[in-house]
Amino acid sequence: MTITESGLVGKSVIRTDMMDKVTGCAVFVDDIQFGPNLLHARLVRSPHSHALIKKIDTSKAEALSGVRAIVTGKELTARLGLYLIDRPIFADDRVRVYGEPIAGVVATSEAIAVEAVKLVEVEYEVLPAIFDPVESAQPDAPLIHPDLGSYSVANFIFPRPGTNVSEHFKIRKGDAEAAFSECTAVAEGRFRLPPIEHVPIETHTSVALCEKTGQITLWASSQSPFAMRDMIAQGLDIPHNKLRVIAPLVGGGFGGKAGVTMEACAVVLAQAVEGKPVKLRLTREEEFVGTSTRQSLISDIKVGCDKDGVLQAMELTYYFGGGAYNDYGVNIARAAGYSCTGPYDVPNVKADSLCVYTNTPVGSAMRGFGMPEIHWGLEQIMDRLAEEVGMDAAEFRTLNCVRTDDEIVSGMKMTPIDLDACIEKAKKAIQWGKKEAPTAPNKKRGKGIAIMWKAPAMPPNPGSAAVVRFNEDATLQVEVGGQEIGQGAFTVAAQIAADVLGVPYENVTVSTPLDTKYSPYEWQTVASRLTWSMGNAVKAAAEDARFQILETVADAWEEDIEDLTIKDGIVISFKSEREQPLDKMVVYGMPNDDFEGWKGGPVVGRGHFMPTYVTNLDPETGQGTRAVVHYTVGAQAVDLEVDLETGQLEVLNIASVYDVGRAINPDLIMTQIEGGAVHGMSSAYESMKFNEDGVVINPSFVDYRIATIADIPRKIHGDYVETPIDDGPWGARGVGEHVMVQTAPAIANALYDAVGVRFSDLPLSADKIYLALEEKDLIKSD
Amino acid sequence: MTKHNITITINGQEEELLVPSNMTLLHLLREELGQTGTKNGCEAGECGACTVLVDGEPVNSCLTLAVEMDGREITTIEGLSNNGKLTPLQQAFADLNAVQCGYCTPGMLMAATALLRRNPKPTEEEIQIALVGNLCRCTGYQRIIDAVMEASRQGGAQ
Repeated sequence: MTITESGLVGKSVIRTDMMDKVTGCAVFVDDIQFGPNLLHARLVRSPHSHALIKKIDTSKAEALSGVRAIVTGKELTARLGLYLIDRPIFADDRVRVYGEPIAGVVATSEAIAVEAVKLVEVEYEVLPAIFDPVESAQPDAPLIHPDLGSYSVANFIFPRPGTNVSEHFKIRKGDAEAAFSECTAVAEGRFRLPPIEHVPIETHTSVALCEKTGQITLWASSQSPFAMRDMIAQGLDIPHNKLRVIAPLVGGGFGGKAGVTMEACAVVLAQAVEGKPVKLRLTREEEFVGTSTRQSLISDIKVGCDKDGVLQAMELTYYFGGGAYNDYGVNIARAAGYSCTGPYDVPNVKADSLCVYTNTPVGSAMRGFGMPEIHWGLEQIMDRLAEEVGMDAAEFRTLNCVRTDDEIVSGMKMTPIDLDACIEKAKKAIQWGKKEAPTAPNKKRGKGIAIMWKAPAMPPNPGSAAVVRFNEDATLQVEVGGQEIGQGAFTVAAQIAADVLGVPYENVTVSTPLDTKYSPYEWQTVASRLTWSMGNAVKAAAEDARFQILETVADAWEEDIEDLTIKDGIVISFKSEREQPLDKMVVYGMPNDDFEGWKGGPVVGRGHFMPTYVTNLDPETGQGTRAVVHYTVGAQAVDLEVDLETGQLEVLNIASVYDVGRAINPDLIMTQIEGGAVHGMSSAYESMKFNEDGVVINPSFVDYRIATIADIPRKIHGDYVETPIDDGPWGARGVGEHVMVQTAPAIANALYDAVGVRFSDLPLSADKIYLALEEKDLIKSD
Repeated sequence: MTKHNITITINGQEEELLVPSNMTLLHLLREELGQTGTKNGCEAGECGACTVLVDGEPVNSCLTLAVEMDGREITTIEGLSNNGKLTPLQQAFADLNAVQCGYCTPGMLMAATALLRRNPKPTEEEIQIALVGNLCRCTGYQRIIDAVMEASRQGGAQ
């Protein structure tokens, strides 16, 4: 069968959701109207970072007029988790982080719920809290989860019961120790990243309804409605068909709306007030305090090369501050482990990647999933090593970067990529090597480069399913379970279906909202996996529908299916030159030539995709045949200047180039590259701040600044190269997260070029830069 | 809570309402009138997602009391396009892909509409100043600036 070449793949068609979004019609969870029956929930949160709960007295709160229910952890034994089932819905006998939900209150209004929360009395016995992952990893550290050994855990995660280590991933490849002794140059250092927040503009919102029959519906701002259903259903022992998750558009996710945040709280509260919907919408302060964060990381990095600058050995220890509970944390440490070298060819590697419980907010997935964390140190160390052997930083990377078919750190053969081309394009765009004059006499200017890799970090077998369903007039519905979080997933799904089916793009509608009752299965909208995995499923579903159509027409015309194609919504025969519009026939079928009976029927195409080729890795060496499905790689170069009077950085230009495999929608890729560059830049300045007791002290937009429209680089030069992979639709792979992975180290390298000072810890705040410049006697003041 | 009778015009339609003293304009629009195009991002006047026009001026509806709106004219995102016809600004946002998740978009469009009405030919810097209170975590903002510039070329806010 010939696949159509309608030219839709590779075309920057308009987003399917664009008109809704510019007219105010786009529906997010909080926009759904539930009428006067709606009740409102608020959470009682822990004022301590680590404490035993001695007593909870809800009597005063219950007595408040308008309070309908109060639920505490005492009534619930359920624990939730993705890879390690460690998290109670409301704190059990202890709290492990400031802001942890202890109880939920349901009332007739938000104001009454807020009042009632204040009336819940909790007695605590405060325990010593531990915030630093290196300290927490020590054998004598106070235990945050004494019951770690009894938790259920995925078979590829290795916690160490009796300690705070929830995952320990090891790489033992070659002989790093021996190789270091042969190295001409060695660079080493410790690098730190603080936890940062996702900061979606839409806060986490959910509404739950438990019918008198026990049937539960949960409306949630979720990147992963199926994973959410699975976790909550398992935790509460509800059959999957009795828990329906409806997920409308998501107002920013970045990983923070994957997994379960507080949605299970809404469900158990709804169970307490059967028949009435209960809304739980986090305030902005709660969004900062009570949701997951990007994990903190302390990395110890040692790298050596020979006299020609060729990398020989690496020794790495990564301590991820996993926070109080594991959401994605253990798998982040694992992903950081099997990709621990960054995009480099290194023959001898000893690496330990640990996820460690700390009394800090739940560490979890955030755009890049472990990669921004490890690249922060790696990409600065590479610059230092290059300098030591007298090589240009970009040349050093070209010399050592990973290439197609290389055996990479996990023992897997590298899938097709062209990182060299990304580096070259980024160099050219930034005019690498050309010294630029600062824009003012009190400023210093510099350039820096950083490269990256990232693989989708998932269990070995995450699946995607899709359905293509025709309407009578040959317009069609594409049904998927992957979520639109701004990246354009629905648009790409519509494009793929239209291309395969030879119908106009405008004829395709993606069925929304996602609804586990009707939508086909999708594991999760994470890991930049939708264009690739969901794309494969949609392509298969469209091909299935196409085959049904052509088979019917071929049968009716008594022609060979090979002689038929579909173009602009019309089946045509190359042989007989007959034409059959899809209109009507896709539902009513076709009469036989002599009107003796009919062929066909309503066309419903079905497709799925699941990678079947990922292998387990040896727990002692981290070696295996295929650790991951594939990698995406890229290069960023930054041109910036520093104000010597204030320490303020200004990023002037960012060149950002990635290998996308195949561009399905080029302009949507550029929107990811541009938005990611600013997100990456912003992340270099961001930090959650805590007082000595672990209390979050900057839970607002004023105190936790994200980039505004006035902070953006003067120019972002986005570009991509296309080296197709064998397992993606038309060779496409994901790029949504990668675009911010190495921005922070690229900025740090440019800063070093400008002023000759290295910063091993994020954030790159102006005060920190100012003090460092002062120490070097570089401050200009009049 | 004391309630007050107010008369306001929302997107050209006059409404007589009884509102409690402490109700915000954001709450009135979203929860009482079901006009949910205006978004709630922080309820502290820090993100701009709830921006609407009051007598043509952009305000954070989360910081504005409904009772103060007596006799005022309010325009929300629902009042921009007419019979399916987008304003040049909405069209430019669509044409230039200046939208990703779309949650900040209504507030962004309202703030930019106000800018173009008072300054039909803004510079990039003037656009940045006008929109600095409208946060977006997805787009990186450049396309928003470009879209406002394009709308300015295409005839302004209207």
